[in-house]
Amino acid sequence: MANIVQFENVGLRYGTGSETLSDVSFTLKSGSFYFLTGPSGAGKTSLLKLLYLAQRPSRGVIRLFGEDAGALPRQRLPGFRRRIGVVFQDFRLVPHLSAYDNIALPLRVAGVQESDVEAPVREMLAWVGLTERARAKPPTLSGGEQQRIAIARAVIARPELLVADEPTGNVDPEMAERLLYLFESLNRLGTSVVVATHDFHLLHRIPNAQMMRIEHGRLSDPTGVLRNPPGES
Amino acid sequence: MILGLHPHASERRLLDDGQPTRAMTWIMAIMLFLTVLAGALGLGMFGATAQLDRALSGRLTVQIVEPIASLRDSQAGAMVGTLAKLPGVTRVREVDRAHLAQLLKPWLGDAGLDPDLPMPAMIDVEAAGADFATIEQAARRIAPAARVDRHAQWLSPVRDFLSSMSWLAVSLMLLIAGATAAVVLLAARAGLDTHRDTIDVLHMLGSTDVQIARLFQRRIAFDTLLGGIAGTAAALTLVWFLQGRLSAVGSEMLGGVALQRRDWFLLLLLPLGFALLSTLAARVAVLRTLGQRL
Repeated sequence: MANIVQFENVGLRYGTGSETLSDVSFTLKSGSFYFLTGPSGAGKTSLLKLLYLAQRPSRGVIRLFGEDAGALPRQRLPGFRRRIGVVFQDFRLVPHLSAYDNIALPLRVAGVQESDVEAPVREMLAWVGLTERARAKPPTLSGGEQQRIAIARAVIARPELLVADEPTGNVDPEMAERLLYLFESLNRLGTSVVVATHDFHLLHRIPNAQMMRIEHGRLSDPTGVLRNPPGES
Repeated sequence: MILGLHPHASERRLLDDGQPTRAMTWIMAIMLFLTVLAGALGLGMFGATAQLDRALSGRLTVQIVEPIASLRDSQAGAMVGTLAKLPGVTRVREVDRAHLAQLLKPWLGDAGLDPDLPMPAMIDVEAAGADFATIEQAARRIAPAARVDRHAQWLSPVRDFLSSMSWLAVSLMLLIAGATAAVVLLAARAGLDTHRDTIDVLHMLGSTDVQIARLFQRRIAFDTLLGGIAGTAAALTLVWFLQGRLSAVGSEMLGGVALQRRDWFLLLLLPLGFALLSTLAARVAVLRTLGQRL
């Protein structure tokens, strides 16, 4: 399998503070499933931000889809971002758009004809169990419903890389499994998936998933219990 | 799609366009109202200047001041005959004494009608492309004391005033256009701040800066056009009313200020021009600001 992501001695520093991430090196294979774990404040979200190109590293090299992401000119970023689906920890739904329009956004941004938007959006709404709430706006939805909309939006364009930050944090166990099954199905279709989670039950639901653990901004496996840690570059 | 010229309703909603009338529309209505008034003033003044130029260019008056009536009359007769033969001179006419007396009546009263009152002979000359120096020399040969007055020279302060007013109006229009562009820049930047979260999401989903700029361009162009049409309509109604009042005065010079059909058409184009200006200003503002983000 080809490498879809490669981190080489990556460091990230916000402003003049100390490094949030230090010497992070790993390689993610195309079509694989990864869990990223670690305590709060360890740097999971920062690492994901580097993955979905919301941040540039302070040092080191990130290769994404075979190209040096740190050296990408700004005008090429949209093309790369369209290949990545993101489930944000805080959902980041557009509050004045309906659930339907929020899910349809990636397709519309990619220039899909309006006539080709409805069917996939309806399908995603059904997947996340929100068909009846298609016209509802995010402020009227519960946290769990908003999270499901955020997930539907992230996967609708069938991205090559899916990055999810605590995607099941606000849903009940049954829905969490259902959503994980959605990620797994997408993974089977070739999408590489990276899920940051605290939920240890979730880690065992995907038998072949690889594990990454981050502590104090560094990838680690001090207990040696993590399954299939990704190889360093 | 976001790139579309005729956006789908969902795209129009991206910037939370729920409120149909925004402050920008009112600002643009006021801007266009002032611009159209300034434009009407400028066009009217340009028209009046052109009419004055047409009326005065090539017109002059030869004045023969001679106390001996017989000599004055013979010089006047010779003057008419000689000047009429000069190349480029189209019309030569001696102003009759009764008309002169009528012109002097406000100052002299009925005394101006006294046939013994010595009055200079006045000869009106119209010339198209004639050399005024030649006319002046010919007039002096007949009556060395003759005074030649070019009408354009008398009224040059009036012409200069009209011309200054025209350029003042043009300057005002340019100032308002500049202010409009500045307002649009500020509005676009404020809009970017207001919609920062939405824009961040769009960026993360792969929107290009141009796609996002187009959302703002469309919105600002629509506001400008809507406000502009209202402001222009109000201003043109006022101009039409004032033009009616002006024509009632019956002054030949003020009549030149009246707008022609072409002028009305040019004024009608102003909202469109401002919408284009606003679109451009919004695009520049949004692209510059977004260019500073990742």
